[in-house]
Amino acid sequence: MTVAKDNGKIDKIIEKYPSEPGSLIQVLLEIQRENRWLPKEALEKVSKKLKVPLNRIQHIVTFYKAFSLVPKGRHEVHVCTGTACHVRGAPRLLDSVQDLIGISPGETDQDLKFSLDTVSCVGCCALGPVMVVDGEYHGKMAPAKSEEVLKNYD
Amino acid sequence: MPRINSPAELEEFRKDIISKRDPNKPCIAICTGTGCLALGAANVVTALKEEIKKQGLETKVDVETKVDVRETGCPGFCERGPLLVIYPEEICYLQVEPGDAEEIISETIVAKKVIDRLLYAAPGTDNDEKIVRESEIPFYKHQMRNLIGNNIKIDPKNIDDYLAVGGYSALVKALCQETPEQVVEMVKNSGLRGRGGAGFSAGMKWEFARKSPEKTKYVIVNADEGDPGAFMDRALLEGNPHSVLEGLTIGAFAIGSHEGYIYVRQEYPLAVENVGIAIEQAEAQGFLGKNILGSGFDFTIEVHQGAGAFVCGEETALLMSLEGKPGEPRPRPPYPAVKGLWGKPTNINNVETWANVPLIINNGADFLSSIGTESSKGTKIFSLVGKVNNTGLVEVPMGITLRDIIYEVGGGVPGGKKFKAVQTGGPSGGCIPEEHLDIGVDFDQLAKVGAIMGSGGMIVMDEDTCMVDVAKYFLKFLAGESCGKCSPCREGIRQMHKILNNVSEGKGREGDIELLEELCEATRNASLCALGGTAPNPVLNTIRYFRDEYEAHIKEKRCPAYVCKELIAYYIDPDKCTACMICSRKCPAEAIVGAKKQIHVIDQEKCTNCGTCFEVCPSRFSAVTRLSGEPVPPPIPEEERTIVRKSEKK
Amino acid sequence: MSEILLQIDGREVKASEGMTVLDAAQSVGISIPTLCHHEKLDPYGACRICTVEVETGGRTNLVAACIFPVAQDLVVRTRSEQIDQTRKTLLELMLAHAPDAPALLELAQEYGADKDRFEKEPSFCILCGLCVRYCAEVKKANAIGFVDRGPNREINFMPEIASKECWNCKECFPLCPTSYVQAAYHLTEALAFPPPASKPASEE
Repeated sequence: MTVAKDNGKIDKIIEKYPSEPGSLIQVLLEIQRENRWLPKEALEKVSKKLKVPLNRIQHIVTFYKAFSLVPKGRHEVHVCTGTACHVRGAPRLLDSVQDLIGISPGETDQDLKFSLDTVSCVGCCALGPVMVVDGEYHGKMAPAKSEEVLKNYD
Repeated sequence: MPRINSPAELEEFRKDIISKRDPNKPCIAICTGTGCLALGAANVVTALKEEIKKQGLETKVDVETKVDVRETGCPGFCERGPLLVIYPEEICYLQVEPGDAEEIISETIVAKKVIDRLLYAAPGTDNDEKIVRESEIPFYKHQMRNLIGNNIKIDPKNIDDYLAVGGYSALVKALCQETPEQVVEMVKNSGLRGRGGAGFSAGMKWEFARKSPEKTKYVIVNADEGDPGAFMDRALLEGNPHSVLEGLTIGAFAIGSHEGYIYVRQEYPLAVENVGIAIEQAEAQGFLGKNILGSGFDFTIEVHQGAGAFVCGEETALLMSLEGKPGEPRPRPPYPAVKGLWGKPTNINNVETWANVPLIINNGADFLSSIGTESSKGTKIFSLVGKVNNTGLVEVPMGITLRDIIYEVGGGVPGGKKFKAVQTGGPSGGCIPEEHLDIGVDFDQLAKVGAIMGSGGMIVMDEDTCMVDVAKYFLKFLAGESCGKCSPCREGIRQMHKILNNVSEGKGREGDIELLEELCEATRNASLCALGGTAPNPVLNTIRYFRDEYEAHIKEKRCPAYVCKELIAYYIDPDKCTACMICSRKCPAEAIVGAKKQIHVIDQEKCTNCGTCFEVCPSRFSAVTRLSGEPVPPPIPEEERTIVRKSEKK
Repeated sequence: MSEILLQIDGREVKASEGMTVLDAAQSVGISIPTLCHHEKLDPYGACRICTVEVETGGRTNLVAACIFPVAQDLVVRTRSEQIDQTRKTLLELMLAHAPDAPALLELAQEYGADKDRFEKEPSFCILCGLCVRYCAEVKKANAIGFVDRGPNREINFMPEIASKECWNCKECFPLCPTSYVQAAYHLTEALAFPPPASKPASEE
């Protein structure tokens, strides 16, 4: 982890927003997007700058699903578990994806290859069940098809 | 982009835009909403643009083409995307691939010939009855597309397109011809009810906020569309962002607010992008900012992104989130109209509600109040998804029957399956069975049958859907989305989900249904906000209409829809198996023992009940069967597994 | 401040603006059970044990007395079959977490709640938030906070702050209806900032 470089990037993001508690979630979201996770030092900086106690930041980063307190894998796999996908077989898809990459939703594997998460509707209900890998949508998935898709990532 | 300082300047500018547009010049409008993009629309756009160049339809001097390609928002027919409409003829092509680009340009654009293969054909039919024009496709024919109809006419990143269809004329009317009170009165008289869930009168809500003596007031667009299976707000915000901005600005004027927020989920990146661009353009042209259109009214809008919490769709939780806090709902009273964002009077409406406002101002209150039923006026956009042929967004007048939506617009249930229920209103909604399909859809009728309008998700379920599983699914969702502050919601949902889990795993006990009902009562009565207050709906409602399914799970340990994994088994009928090897090769668990000419047998120990074998077994054999509530027959002895052909038998 | 007249359990009660139904009831000696309420803290409305029935304009609603503002002519009932049933179920849900908490057992007796009604979830915390709120609102130390949401919500000491602030305070301990906060503190202490004497030998 190149801490020095990260810090510069994070400082810049914090500077962009008004130093007030109302900016908290927007600042954290941008750090998350740029850095892909929220290191502790970043939270401490945000706490100081926006004058929000650390215990509240801790609540926020664990309350909202967009935030991660651990580094994410190189490939982010999202299985849609929205209602439309659910009735079209998302649970079976999720089971097979879990088996294939060996982790449960919310986890990252040891080689930092994959992170797996569920998402409640990506709004592509016509394609259900849907799996999204690194922002790329894979529709009309079936357990057997998920293996084909995931094979292409390393 | 010039700043427009008066209504007269706007009309001048609008005329200029329209005069530069030749209505006879071919225009290919292609949907680049999230659904079509996922289906590869971006590649189609690239291919079309390349083809235009290749076929010399580019006039070299100013690189203006003889044919326009307009990237638009979602027109709703996601099932058949990527889709495009060619103007002026209004030819609608569906499931277009990049490989079709050459033909589209040379045949349709140049030679004015329709390509049969890309036209709409009713599901199940192959060649007969192709439909050319978009508006004649049954999916569209039965709709009334007041809100979403403009999507295909507009490139959301280009404000000129919005102005060309009359955009911001309602703002002119409100700001320059009406008083704030008159605007409130119009919205009240139109009968517009909030499209976000509760269905409260929008005009009344505005009036409360208007009457507050406070100087600082806020208006907010709730675009935290979190209902799984609903995406109409996204389509509006992505596809026609200016209509929402215009509605919000009119509302701000009526209420006396000068600051607005759009709270949009970060899971909708394209909506965030398009609304951001729209705000910039509106500011540059003077539809936002200081002294809008010379009226003296100031108004600014800021976009805030949600960080992934369904509960933030609840208006007080949304306010907490805007203030940078966890999305824990606040008690009401005080209502946001009295004490909202930062303690100031605040009016929150959802995207679709705001998008209705310009229509009302432009066409009068009667325009809306003449559509719909006694209690519910106007149109409503539903996202029609699940086990239905025409998945997509449909805008229909209030009062249309569920049957018409599902069968006329939606084209019915695919694969010859039997309809079981339609789930409306999101996770806290209800499942409506066949017997109630003829009710007219409005706020009150839906409530009468135990469902809600919600924000407009409509999920069709067929015979393969287990209603216990559906209830479990929603409760699991709600458990994960509960903020966890108040005990009835947090604990009640947790225990209900546990019981439902047990029932679906065959561990249900006599009395579980009654226990569920008791928990529903306490959770509904004592929860702090609407999330907990309505969380029991999916449970109560499925018990009400599908009690027999609960009883089958509890008493017979049987899942009638063959969904609950712990209660089913897959079995290969030895009389039907032809040892084709397909299932054994596809089985992800390697649980199928079989070889050429050897009848296949499922090793029940290894089987994960994923159902792959059932799906892949060719229908002419149908050798794989599902069992529930009965024991799996013992595997046939190894010595009897060799298949002997009839001819060999002799 | 204007006087507000309301009715609680058939009695006329005088209150003033800004008071809650709970305040008004307590002012005339009508008792409503509470678990997350504390007079030094902002009303919170989380445990919902103080649920009462209010009637305004012909409509009856169940509300939390600790956060519901008094209003002219409000009619309040603090006991009814529905209220008692709701409180009983809530107690049973909380007893699944903290089956031995005296405050809960006492109320359980009054409302006939069965501590074994639901599958056990022994977290020993009912998330009343007294510790978190007291630390933030009264002590302004913010040494303890909530994490996560829904059924995963927990309280959590911030080791960096707790190691400095808590030793001389510990005022949240007696507030806790289940004694869990004390356990949580000692666990954090043992894991994150053990006193020198208890450090493992290898670290010395």
